[in-house]
Amino acid sequence: MTLPERCDVVVVGAGPAGLAAAVECARAGAATVILDEQAGPGGQIYRAITSTPMQNRDVLGADYWHGATLVAALQGSGATYVPRAAAFAVSRADGGGFEVGVASGGAAALIRAGQVILATGALERPFPIPGWTLPGVIAAGAAQILLKTAGLVPEGPVVLAGTGPLLYLVAAQFARVGAAIDCLLDTTPPGRIREALPLAPAFLASPYVAKGFALLRQARASTRIVRGVERLEALGAQRLTSVRYTVGGRATEIPAGALLLHQGVVPDINLSNAIGCDHRWHDARSCFEPVVDVYGATSAAGITVAGDGAGIAGAQAAEARGTLAGLHALAALGRIDSGERDARAANPQAHVARWTRGRAFVDALYRPADAFRLPQGDTVVCRCEEITAQQVIATAKQGCPGPNQMKSFLRCGMGPCQGRLCGLTVTELIARERGIAPADVGYYRLRFPVKPITLGELASLPQTTESTQAVVRMKAH
Amino acid sequence: MYKRLPDAAAAAPAVLLTIDGADFAARAGDTVAAALLAAGYDACRTTPVTGAPRGPFCLMGVCFDCLAVVDGLPNQQTCLIPVRAGMRIERQQGAAVFGPAAGSGQGPR
Amino acid sequence: MSALASADVVIVGGGLHGCSAALHLARAGVSAIVVEKNYVGRHASGVNAGGVRTLARHEAEIPLALAALELWHRIGDLVDDDCGFECHGQLRVAENDGEAATLRERAARLLSLGYTHERWIGRDELFARVPALARHCAGALLAERDGAALPYRTTWAFRRKAEALGQRFFEGTRVQDVVRAGGVWKVETSAGRLAGRVLVNCAGAWADALCAKLGEPVPLEPIAPMMLVTLRMPHFLDPVVLGAGRPLSFKQTQQGTVLIGGGRRARVDCEAETTELDFRELALSAQTVRDLFPVMRDATIHRGWAGIEARMPDDIPVIGPSAAAPDTFHAFGFSAHGFELGPIVGRITADLVTRGATDLPIAPFSIGRFLPPRSPG
Repeated sequence: MTLPERCDVVVVGAGPAGLAAAVECARAGAATVILDEQAGPGGQIYRAITSTPMQNRDVLGADYWHGATLVAALQGSGATYVPRAAAFAVSRADGGGFEVGVASGGAAALIRAGQVILATGALERPFPIPGWTLPGVIAAGAAQILLKTAGLVPEGPVVLAGTGPLLYLVAAQFARVGAAIDCLLDTTPPGRIREALPLAPAFLASPYVAKGFALLRQARASTRIVRGVERLEALGAQRLTSVRYTVGGRATEIPAGALLLHQGVVPDINLSNAIGCDHRWHDARSCFEPVVDVYGATSAAGITVAGDGAGIAGAQAAEARGTLAGLHALAALGRIDSGERDARAANPQAHVARWTRGRAFVDALYRPADAFRLPQGDTVVCRCEEITAQQVIATAKQGCPGPNQMKSFLRCGMGPCQGRLCGLTVTELIARERGIAPADVGYYRLRFPVKPITLGELASLPQTTESTQAVVRMKAH
Repeated sequence: MYKRLPDAAAAAPAVLLTIDGADFAARAGDTVAAALLAAGYDACRTTPVTGAPRGPFCLMGVCFDCLAVVDGLPNQQTCLIPVRAGMRIERQQGAAVFGPAAGSGQGPR
Repeated sequence: MSALASADVVIVGGGLHGCSAALHLARAGVSAIVVEKNYVGRHASGVNAGGVRTLARHEAEIPLALAALELWHRIGDLVDDDCGFECHGQLRVAENDGEAATLRERAARLLSLGYTHERWIGRDELFARVPALARHCAGALLAERDGAALPYRTTWAFRRKAEALGQRFFEGTRVQDVVRAGGVWKVETSAGRLAGRVLVNCAGAWADALCAKLGEPVPLEPIAPMMLVTLRMPHFLDPVVLGAGRPLSFKQTQQGTVLIGGGRRARVDCEAETTELDFRELALSAQTVRDLFPVMRDATIHRGWAGIEARMPDDIPVIGPSAAAPDTFHAFGFSAHGFELGPIVGRITADLVTRGATDLPIAPFSIGRFLPPRSPG
C-alpha cells in the first residue's frame, strides 16, 4: 500500500464532496490524501464513472456524467488518491492533528494528518418490511449500481417499491435500456402532497422542479404505478417469489423475481459518531445528522463533514460543500487566511443555497409513512443478528431505555453493519414505546473500527519507537 | 436472476474465475457481488444465526449481506472487490471457517 | 429542605458492586437507594471481558474469589437469572520454559497456602483441552471451575432483583456533595437530596472524588482496558485463555464471537467519560493472539471498546469501612478484575453494614493503607 506516513489533509470518501474537497486542498498546495473503499472514484452517485460499460450517455444521463469532470480535476490536482482503502479509525495524535487508521491490501497503517474531512455520504434508509431479507430483494440504489458498474439488470417480474425521487430515476433509467419494470408500488402516503404544499414555492423556484417533473413523466410512461400502498410484503421460501401489497385495505399479490426497495437516503454517520462529533435528530428528515457549521466543521476541532453525510442535499450541493470543507481545512492549516476563505466561500455557499432550496418540500413529500419506519411482529429489524420488531418492542416495554442497552440485551446492532441498517428503526421503535422523542432516545454509540479489519491487518500496524519502548504492565503474581 | 445488457457484454473483456468450483466468465469491472448475481446466484451465503440464505442487498458496502469467501478469505464484502482472473469465489455457509490452509494473510483488497 | 428519598443506606454508583450491595442489603432486610450518574452498568461493569476468574488472583483476593465462585455456580438462586454464566475453565498459558517455571512455582506456593484451585498441566493435556493453541506453548495453570458470564446482563440481573426486593434506583442522578448531620448522611444530588444512615462508595473510577470529600483521599488511577470482538467463527475454544508473559485474555462466546482483552489501555478522559482506543497497543494484542492462535490470523475484528475502571497502585481494591467517616463503607478500585468478585463483595458490604464485621479476610483491602499513619493521640 503506497500511503504516506503524514500529510496535511485526509479526505475519507471519493464521492462528489470528497473529490471537491481534495481538489480544493491539493490545488492550494496542501499534502492531501483521499481514501475510498471502492475500486474507483465517484462514490455512489458517480459510481463506476471511470469504468462503466454504459457508455451511451443518454442512459445514465447528464447529471451522472458530470462526475467525470470531478474525477478529471482530481487527477490534475496533486492529491494522492488511494482506492480500496478503508478508514477504520480517526484518533487524536499526541502533539496535535490526527491519526487515521487505514486498512488496505492486507495491511493496516496510521496516517498522520492535520485536518480530516469526512465525506462518507449517505446510505439508503432502512426499509423493514416482512421478507426484506430474502434473496431477490435489493435496494433500488443497488439495482442502479449494478446497472452502472456491470450493465446488469434484474430479470422479471421486477417490482419497484417505496417513495422518493430515486425510485422514479431508476424507473426512467431502466426504461432507457429497455429493462421492463412490472410495476412501481408507491408508498407515498396519500395526502402528503397537501401537507407539503406550503413548502412548494421554494421547491418550484429550485432546480429540482424541472428534473422532478421530467422524471415523473418518464417513470409514468415506463411502468404501471400503484399509488397509496399502505402495506408491503416480500414472499417466498428461500428466495423472493411474489410481492403482496395493500391499497385501501385491499391486498393484491403479484409474482416477482426482483423487488427493488427505496424510501429515501440518510447520512452515514458511523464515522462521525465514533469520532465523538455531536449529532442531532432532524425531525422532518427523521434521521440523525452531525452538527456542523456552514463549512461543515463539527464539534470536534479539525474534523469536517462534507456532502450528504452532513445532511441529504444531493450531488451538486455535496460538491459545493466539499469545496467549503476544503477551504475550512486550508484556513485551519494556515495556508489561507480567514478573509480569503470567506471570499472564496461565497460562490460555493450560493450553490449550496440554490441546491438546498426546495429540499424541505421534497423531504416532507417523501417522508416515509410510520408503517414503513416502525415495523411490527416478525419483521426483521436487525438483519445481521436477525432480531425482529416484536423482540425490540418487547424489550423496550420491559424497560430497556435506549439503543445501547438494547444492543446488550438482544445483540441488536452488534452485527457487522454496525447498526447502519437497523439504527434508525431501533431508535424510533424505542421512542414510540417510551412515548418520548427520538432525539431523547439517541442512537447507537459507535466505536472503531467503523469498518472491519482482520486480526492480521491489525497486527501489521507499524509500531513507533515510543510504543515499542513502552512498559507493558505484567501481572507480578 | 440478472442479465447483462448487450452493450455491457461487448464493452469489457471476460474475466475467468470460479464460483464454488465452477468456471464462470465475469467481465472486467464487475465486483465479485455483481459476478455472483450475473452467474445466477441470488444468495452468496447463509447466516450464522439461523442459516437463512442472504444475497447482496445494498451493493455499496453498508449492509454486509454480500459476504462470501474470496481466495480463501471469509467475510469479504464482495460488492467492494473487483473481479480478477483466477479468483476463487465460494459462498459462505454460516460463520466463517478459518484454518491454517485458508488464505495467505493477504486480503484481496 | 426535605429529602427526595431516604433509606437505611445510600449507595453511590450503579455498577455491579453497587447493585450487588443493594441486593445483599435487601436480603438482609435493609433498605437502600442506589444513585447512579448515567445508567446502571454504563461503565466498566457493563463492558468488561466477563471473566469469572479465580485464576491468577493476587493472594489477598483468593478467599473472596473462591467464595464468589460458589455464588456464581448457583447465580440463578441469587438473582433469578443465569447471567450467561458458562463454566469451561480458565487457563494461563506459558509460552516458554521460563514462564512455565514461574507458573509451576506459583502452583506450588498456592498449594502450600492450602489452595488447590490452580493446577499445572503439561503440553499433552493443554493441547487436548485447547487444540487451536500454537504448539510452542509449554503448559499452563488451569482453574477448572472458572468460566465467563455476560457483564451487562449480570449487572442488570442484580439490579432487577434488588428492585424486586424493594430497593430504589436513581439513574441520571449525579452526587454533588455528602454532608453528615445528626447521625444521618445527606447526599446532595442533581435531582435533590437523598438521606441515609449509612453511605456506601461503589463509584468506580469516580470513587476518589467521594473519598476526597470524606477526607480520605486515595491515589486512584482511572484506566480503560481495551477489548476487541470478532464476527462469529465456528466453535474452536472452550476455556478462557490468559497469557502469562504477554497480556492476553481470550475467549470465544456461545454465539461464536471471539473476545480479545488483556488489559492494554486506551486513553481515558474521566470527566468527559470517554475513551480513545490506542491502535498501536491493540496491534500488539493482535500479534499475541496471532502467535498463540494461528487460526485467528484472518479473523474479522469489527468492534473495539474500553470501559472506564479504577485502578489502585497495588492492583487490589479498597473494601471496608471508611477511615475518616462513621457509617461509611467502600467497595471500589477493582483494578480491572472486579467482575467475578461482584456477587461476594456485595455480601461483604451488607455484612459490614448490618453487623460491623464479615467472615472473609478484608484487612488487605483497607483504605488505611493509602493514608498517612495517624500520629499518636
